Amino acid sequence: MEAQTTYNYKVVRQFAIMTVVWGIVGMLVGVYIASLLVWPDMTHIPYLSFGRLRPLHTNAVIFAFGGSGLFATSYYVVQRTCQVRLFSDKLAAFTFWGWQLAIVLDAIALPMGYTASHEYAEMVWPIALVILVVWVAYAIVFFGTIVKRKTPHIYVANWFFAAYILTVAVLHIVNHLSVPVSLFSLKAYPIFGGAQDAMVQWWYGHNAVGFFLTAGFLGMMYYFIPKQAGRPIYSYRLSVVHFWALIFVYMWAGPHHLEYTALPDWAQSLGMVFSLILLAPSWGGMINGIMTLSGAWHKLRTDPILKFMVTALSFYGMSTFEGPMMAIKTVNALSHYTYWVIGHVHSGALGWVAFITIGSLYYLIPRLYGKTEMYSQRLITVHFWVSTIGVVLYISSMWIAGVMQGIMWRATNPDGTLTYSFAEAVKALHPFNVIRLAGGLLFFLGMLIMAYNVWKTIAGQKAAIAPIPAVAPAHA
Amino acid sequence: MDVLYLLIPLSLVLVFLFGTLFWWTLHSGQFDDLVGPAYRILLDDDSPATEEADIAFDLKSKVNRDEI
Repeated sequence: MEAQTTYNYKVVRQFAIMTVVWGIVGMLVGVYIASLLVWPDMTHIPYLSFGRLRPLHTNAVIFAFGGSGLFATSYYVVQRTCQVRLFSDKLAAFTFWGWQLAIVLDAIALPMGYTASHEYAEMVWPIALVILVVWVAYAIVFFGTIVKRKTPHIYVANWFFAAYILTVAVLHIVNHLSVPVSLFSLKAYPIFGGAQDAMVQWWYGHNAVGFFLTAGFLGMMYYFIPKQAGRPIYSYRLSVVHFWALIFVYMWAGPHHLEYTALPDWAQSLGMVFSLILLAPSWGGMINGIMTLSGAWHKLRTDPILKFMVTALSFYGMSTFEGPMMAIKTVNALSHYTYWVIGHVHSGALGWVAFITIGSLYYLIPRLYGKTEMYSQRLITVHFWVSTIGVVLYISSMWIAGVMQGIMWRATNPDGTLTYSFAEAVKALHPFNVIRLAGGLLFFLGMLIMAYNVWKTIAGQKAAIAPIPAVAPAHA
Repeated sequence: MDVLYLLIPLSLVLVFLFGTLFWWTLHSGQFDDLVGPAYRILLDDDSPATEEADIAFDLKSKVNRDEI
């Protein structure tokens, strides 16, 4: 069969391009809602209000940008490391169109005010069903490809992708368990209520961080960093330990989102302890990735793609230190509900998730179009510095603002009354909201530079056809 | 907090599943070589196919067919 002698690059190309497109859309919405925080009276159109567009921003950057990036890289990595074509071209194409359909439907429903009101799971039930069907197809394509592999060993990146696909399916189903008001209503009531619902929501929410935003992108990291650096991962043994340690201890970190709430105290403490344990595997993986460059540090000076990847790992290390620290109850008493949390999320989302995705795409896109490198290395360097300055402005302003907010909220006068009213703390945030907007704008600008560079790289190029190398007889 | 009676068993099922997978990988030789796989992905040349590479590929597949 002709098709079986080449890799399926088509679906990888489609997802890779859409990653850039959705990155621009999602970050534009982010910049817009950040400007609403600076100028709250800018508009009173309900479709453009903060409450409706904030979930659109999170859904677009996590599921549209991050999700498309994960589809593209997992399909590429699983084919190249297993040395077989995807299990089914038709199902793979279905995952692409289905995923895009779900994103577009969500982008229409949210501004209209239709939401399931679970954070990071705001899509209403019909869209959640579309996502479920697409996800099952994704699992069939991915695991089917693993099963028909021609290499005896399953490369560690595939384990990370596998855990992410499997666990996200379970999380998605449990958190969307709800009863629609009627078959023709978008309104559905979750089957859990009150503190129970909150527990399910954050069991979902934090595991989405752990398995979607961490495990998936670690899969990217374990393939694209060695490939770009031209060096094997520092310790393959450590990468295997990293994987199993991470997935065994991740599941119960969620309750740290509910400290000092109606959740039973023991469950809060359990969440805190598991969060602290997570520091070990996370840092093991971070060190493993960075040390891959051991002996070849000079490459960082000249290679902007490696700059993206290694900076991503530095942010991964920072966020996975910051997270456990914020989960400690005494720290959480100060940090909870403040801008510090937003800073932490963006340190992970921009610094880690977006950087490793951008680096991987710069590696991937020329290869998908039969070129050896991107149109301009210089523009990649510019992109790197613009977005790095953007992230630093964003997170440092949020750190300062968050700690200030926490201190203002808890300040009391000698007679026991509060020193500051809530509105005074809101007012004090203004300069930091301006810096945050500037940081976000820079990051968005970086994505535009990338889009231009990608366009110049692929315009007029023929899609690359990648033959599957003939496999040497299996030797373990 | 009745929901914990769902979430905790569900987590245990997942941990058991991961444990089974781990047990399988241990006994199916996945970890017999913990050095080679790191190098093997580097040996896979995914640089774009040039004309010379295409010819080389054709030759190689011919050789393979001959062997069979």
